[in-house]
Amino acid sequence: MQHWIIAPIVLPALIGAMITLTMRHDVLLQRVAALASAVLLVGLTGALLFGAAQGGVESYELGSWPAPFGIVLVLDRLSGLMVTLTAVLGLLVLAYAIATGWDQRGRNFHALFQFQLMGLFGAMLTGDIFNLFVFFEILLIASYGLMTHGGGRMRLRGGVQYVIYNLAGSTLFLFALGTLYAVFGTLNMADLAERATQLPAGDDALVRVTAVLLLLVFILKGALLPMHFWLPNTYALAPAPVAALFAVMTKVGAYSVIRVFTLIFPDTLPSIGGLVSDVMVPAALVTLTVGMIGVLGGGTLARTVSFGVIGSMGTLFLAIGTFTEEALSAAIYYMIHSTLAAAALFLVVDQVRARRGNSTLLPQAPMYKAGVIAVFYFLAAIALAGMPPLSGFLGKLMVLQAIRAEEWWGWGYAFILGTSLIAVVGFARAGSVLFWRPFDASSPQVTAGMQADDLAAETAAEEKAEADAIEAEEAFEIAPNAISGLGQAVLGVMLALLVALTVFAGPVSRFAQATAAQLYDTQQYVYAVLGSPEERAAREAAEEALADDLHGADHGAPAHSETPAEEGH
Amino acid sequence: MEILVATAIGAMTASGIYLLLRLRTFPVVLGLAMLSYAVNVFIFASGRLVAGAPPILGELERTTDPLPQALVLTAIVISFGMTALVVILALGAYLNAGTDAIDIEKPGEQPETGR
Repeated sequence: MQHWIIAPIVLPALIGAMITLTMRHDVLLQRVAALASAVLLVGLTGALLFGAAQGGVESYELGSWPAPFGIVLVLDRLSGLMVTLTAVLGLLVLAYAIATGWDQRGRNFHALFQFQLMGLFGAMLTGDIFNLFVFFEILLIASYGLMTHGGGRMRLRGGVQYVIYNLAGSTLFLFALGTLYAVFGTLNMADLAERATQLPAGDDALVRVTAVLLLLVFILKGALLPMHFWLPNTYALAPAPVAALFAVMTKVGAYSVIRVFTLIFPDTLPSIGGLVSDVMVPAALVTLTVGMIGVLGGGTLARTVSFGVIGSMGTLFLAIGTFTEEALSAAIYYMIHSTLAAAALFLVVDQVRARRGNSTLLPQAPMYKAGVIAVFYFLAAIALAGMPPLSGFLGKLMVLQAIRAEEWWGWGYAFILGTSLIAVVGFARAGSVLFWRPFDASSPQVTAGMQADDLAAETAAEEKAEADAIEAEEAFEIAPNAISGLGQAVLGVMLALLVALTVFAGPVSRFAQATAAQLYDTQQYVYAVLGSPEERAAREAAEEALADDLHGADHGAPAHSETPAEEGH
Repeated sequence: MEILVATAIGAMTASGIYLLLRLRTFPVVLGLAMLSYAVNVFIFASGRLVAGAPPILGELERTTDPLPQALVLTAIVISFGMTALVVILALGAYLNAGTDAIDIEKPGEQPETGR
């Protein structure tokens, strides 16, 4: 069991390299290898999740270097859940990209996809904070390639923004790690957790600076205000299936916040106190508001969904920022839900784009066979907005229930419920314009001279976008396989998972509660990585005995390393 | 030595941030490079500044911490690769879009033919 922890990192690394090196010219072989890898990964991570669900924490020492010195991978309930979620999402998105021919619209899609999965798995499994940085870089490098996959003027410009924003974030991460190492003298997360409680009081300010720097880096990944500016353009300009995969990337930020701020800098640490929670809760409330207002004013379906993702990250960070066991278990349930819901909506965006050439929220001629897409959009939108009966409603309910014990619960209720209403209006408006207005007799049909009364008041910018949209439509033809039934089937499977998450909310939330309880039992994590005090004492005794032996041998040996010849130089 | 290193890090960070806030890709890339230099020296200093001592325990009394050196090597490799990537990407965007401005207007929707 223990050695399997590294398998989800090694497998995509090998397959990705094989795809670039030996299968460059064979599309079919690439697809088979990538799909096989994705299926295997679902099996592997499922087995890991099953192992972790037994309640233990397993650590794997890379190269058998003992824990605080070498790098460890750690599997507990949270990381098991995250890797399984990623693997399932990865398989679905990959199947969709193959079914709709997205993988052939640029080069190296499959290799980049494998490396992206490798980075995600690594970031979720590692127990070493510098290694977390390295895996962040791996997943970012792959995401730069995927984000600009297919090319195009705007996509490349959006790509430059995305890369620069994240490079600045990586630099900040390095500053945080430098401070961390200077204060703690270690980078192993379990070791950090132990040393955090033993630091002298004089280091309080430095500990707080480190904690806030790390928080900034993670909320940049998680798109919490004020670090969210990269997200709308990136997600809207990236190929929609890639944006669907990116739905799990923001969750890596959330995962890192949960991991680091329950294990290393918990609220119980005197130097931290309520600092993190005091910063995160207001930021999350504002994020929620900005995101959902963005849903109302997105302008295109892609941007509407992107802002919906920001809004859902606001809800998620509100639950995480509360830092109680109950709130964390709500956050974990909501995290699974919002990943799947956002990914499903991005696939809907792709289906809409495939039929209209754009996803601008202006009336156009009816789409080809849009009925089933309208149903998919309806389901995914009520899930993301948090309407009953789907899992978004249950998730928000759990969050509301969990924050009831806090002093500021009134604010939380007002913001969550108010923004849910705004989101429902925004998504309903977007859906009506896309799917109903084209059939409205009084609605302008797309012709070259389209200028109806209700559009006359719109701003010059929107008119320009509209002209662009018409221009695009004139030159637009539906790509042969872009609206294939297989792609829609994948979309259906993703929505079925959301339904399953609703139906099996009981078992899933019990698992989430057990996960949250395990997160608060930091001793279990530390002992799994570093060994319990007895094990450590035994190991030290053995090391001392070994050192004595070596010293004895050393003194017996006549010649030391300094030979006269060397000294002469 | 501490003051020298600290002012060097401060100066590089300051110029890096200034350049990062420019609106054209070239200064921004330079700014990122400056920031990565600053952070490399910063990580190096996080293992305490010791001059003229080897990173090997045991033989000598004065030693220096070997770990930041390994960390800096990793950071240098990554930032070097990233700079190369962002230069190529910025060049591609410039040749495609005909402008090297960093900010983009609110995108309407990209015509997606020939994507």
